[in-house]
Amino acid sequence: MEGTAVLGRLNWQLGEVVATRPETPRTKSITLDVPGWTGHRPGQHVDLRLTSEDGYHAERSYSIASPPEDRSRVTLTVERIDTGEVSPYLTDELHEGDQLELRGPIGGYFVWEASMGGPLFLVAGGSGIVPLMAMIRHRAAAGPSVATRLLYSSRSLGEIIYRDELDRLTQSSPGLEVAHTLTRETPPGWAGYRRRVDADMLRDVAWPPDQNPLTYICGPTPFVEGAATILAGLGYGPQRIKTERFGPTG
Amino acid sequence: MQGRMGRENKLDGNASAGTLQAIFPFEMTEVMVTCAGCGASNVIGETAAYVSGMGTIVRCPSCDRALIRIARLEGRSYLDLRGSRVLRIHADG
Repeated sequence: MEGTAVLGRLNWQLGEVVATRPETPRTKSITLDVPGWTGHRPGQHVDLRLTSEDGYHAERSYSIASPPEDRSRVTLTVERIDTGEVSPYLTDELHEGDQLELRGPIGGYFVWEASMGGPLFLVAGGSGIVPLMAMIRHRAAAGPSVATRLLYSSRSLGEIIYRDELDRLTQSSPGLEVAHTLTRETPPGWAGYRRRVDADMLRDVAWPPDQNPLTYICGPTPFVEGAATILAGLGYGPQRIKTERFGPTG
Repeated sequence: MQGRMGRENKLDGNASAGTLQAIFPFEMTEVMVTCAGCGASNVIGETAAYVSGMGTIVRCPSCDRALIRIARLEGRSYLDLRGSRVLRIHADG
């Protein structure tokens, strides 16, 4: 919201790793305790900075996966890019008790809070689920009456991040529906979609346009632009569609 | 968001926000920028951003003009705004 836009300049601060958890073979969640964390809004991100012994800095941005209800605990989910400079360190070398430099929270555009209402339509491609998961977790804690649908595209069953938690939340949290599509490999008996997101799938899963849903799309650039273009063609107002695009660099 | 600040890659303006907010004391993704070339206005979160080790370029999604260029060198930030006619910053909160 613009009304909360005055924040002050961002400075680097230190967080301590208090937990790490593998999510899939290529992704890991890292929970930091950040003293003095001012709180964040679901959808925001942080920048991380690694400094080598010779003073060389590498910076990367990662979405926050945890809800603001976790207070000073900030969880990021990092996808390992084998050729990357930063993500292999974060996923392989980082341990509890290590300190990391970060600045944030950053962003106010790709943000959803329970007070913004719904119905909510979330569309994730791969690790694009991360900021949307902060929204889903926040909804469960603070806004369970907001009807929410997630369409989540992954390459294979094993690459679905937060799969068990999403299953649990759809059981325990009425009004949350999750539809998966797998684009490369499907296990025997798979009941979900088995193709890339297309107009028929979006028409099936999205709230009807006359319900004026709030839509958030996050994933690789072609995924996001494809889904946003299809939704615009189906009659969804662009003012209610927010997008966040990223590339798989590491 | 994953690894947005790696090698050059077309991202969106959200990826430039941390760098901008280290300079400007405001939330920057909702700042409206008017292109000095084509006159289109977009919030920075909706622009295109190219981020590399050399720096960050925010481009107009309508005409691709460089709206904002930021480089960092030896502890200084270099900000080139010649592609932006107006930045509308919500700053009275």
